[in-house]
Amino acid sequence: MTRITIIGAGVAGLCTARVLLDRGARVHLIDRARQPGPQGCSWWAGGMLAPYCEGESAEEPVVRLGQKAADWWAQHTTSLQRCGSLVVSPARDTSDLTRFARRTQSHKTLTAAEIEALEPDLGDRFATGLFFENEAHLSPRTALAELWRGLVADGATFDQREADPDARANDGLVIDCRGYHARADMPALRGVKGEMVLLSCPDVSINRPIRVLHPRVPIYLVPRGDGVYMLGATMVEGRASAHASVRSVLELLSAAYALSPAFGEAEILEIGVDSRPAFPDNLPRIERQGNMIRANGLYRHGFLLAPALATMVADLILDAKTPEMFHETTA
Amino acid sequence: MRSFYGETLANGLMLGTARYPSPKVLSDAFARSGAAVATVSLRRESGRDRAGQDFWELIRALNVHVLPNTAGCHSVKEAVTTAHMAREVFGTRWIKLEVIGEEDTLQPDVFGLVEAARILTEDGFQVFPYTTEDLVVADKLLRAGCEVLMPWGAPIGSGMGLNNVFGLRAMRAHFPDVPLVIDAGIGLPSHAAQAMELGFDAVLLNTAVAKAGDPAAMAEAFATAIRAGQLAADADPMPPRDMAAPSTPLIGKAFLE
Repeated sequence: MTRITIIGAGVAGLCTARVLLDRGARVHLIDRARQPGPQGCSWWAGGMLAPYCEGESAEEPVVRLGQKAADWWAQHTTSLQRCGSLVVSPARDTSDLTRFARRTQSHKTLTAAEIEALEPDLGDRFATGLFFENEAHLSPRTALAELWRGLVADGATFDQREADPDARANDGLVIDCRGYHARADMPALRGVKGEMVLLSCPDVSINRPIRVLHPRVPIYLVPRGDGVYMLGATMVEGRASAHASVRSVLELLSAAYALSPAFGEAEILEIGVDSRPAFPDNLPRIERQGNMIRANGLYRHGFLLAPALATMVADLILDAKTPEMFHETTA
Repeated sequence: MRSFYGETLANGLMLGTARYPSPKVLSDAFARSGAAVATVSLRRESGRDRAGQDFWELIRALNVHVLPNTAGCHSVKEAVTTAHMAREVFGTRWIKLEVIGEEDTLQPDVFGLVEAARILTEDGFQVFPYTTEDLVVADKLLRAGCEVLMPWGAPIGSGMGLNNVFGLRAMRAHFPDVPLVIDAGIGLPSHAAQAMELGFDAVLLNTAVAKAGDPAAMAEAFATAIRAGQLAADADPMPPRDMAAPSTPLIGKAFLE
């Protein structure tokens, strides 16, 4: 049985390890950190499994492949919540909501009373909204930790260190899942900076992800349970600097306040920032050069598309099937 | 065609580069429209340590004139700093100068604009000021050293088209030799065609293309409309009149009784 080395234990690496292990491979993971943590951008993810909403601006494969994500995660994390997601807009931007509805599938239009019935704490602030009842969300940190523990329990081995994938490829099959850190080996990869805020607001009870449409600052709020909410996320072209900007945080916080003034009393637990790895079409890619396979470019769809990407990598390795996201390299 | 600081453009489409679904869609829009100029807004934070490098590479790869933009600047100082950063990043003297004065309409602070235009011109920049259709402000901008003027059609991102056709026509008539660009407020290709028919030299837009369901197709629609408007303007359009003017003479018409 071949031993496969995976470098990078973010959502891409861990999902790939899980799928390979389930299909009988021996898996060895290498990461510069001992366990999932703030060093990788999966840690800062929203955790929305919202393929239909993403269809507003993402390419078709995101919608199609993302629909299978919730079923996969149901097997691998206790934090999965299947209660749909809600899209609203401020009164003066309702034309944005109409357009969002036109460009997405599997939603129904709600009245103010129906929104209030679904999320009582939003009250009747929003005259109309869209409900995507087949969408789900999870808690990324819980999911990463659970995947990690499951892999250890099932015999995957771990090594904590920096690793050069190319140097390792001499000894056997290597899968490079390093996200933006693979930039030097994948010239088309770019970073899209994202900033997020984690709030504690026990006074507000919201059960499902809420997207607030706004022509300049679209935001989403994802409940993490116990009155904790993740507020995200900006999209700034350019490699992440280490810190969030004042402007971004102001915009995120004022959007939360617009959603419910009770967020004015929330406590700020964390302000996070990292860089999403993305290719020019914002779709993931799988590349192969001999013993080296690179799976990268999950962009803002890490938890949504990692299970599909992992399955494609496994198909490539175990069944020699050329996957959909396979990208020919000239090298 | 009037030239922009000595550069003659292949067409009158200046296309923004923000808010597309992906860089791939952005470059498709440029390929299909053949837009002559790409405007790029620079966030101060990304200029500081060249964090925007990856994205700027994509813009350079479009192979069109780059017009950096001081978008979102609210003061003279901010705009001047951003302009310097842009010159360093893109190696061009061109700068689209935006000094925003009012948050709801995003209308320019014309006083700050004139001051920033003077500072930047003295510093060797070639300034494209985002202004209103006010003739007095336009005159002061020219005296500050601008050789191009960019009046708004309507507030940024509103898509309302040309709100003050009278004012824009007056501006065209008042400054017959100055290259004029409609900047902001364009929603539909017909708005762009109208601007060109009025004798404007170019149209600058972003949201109308970037946020369309099919940005590349919309970019082509704009390019086509701009060409139509330009052809019409060059062809000396007929003036409107109050009464019907039959296209066939009445005298000599066949006697039908």
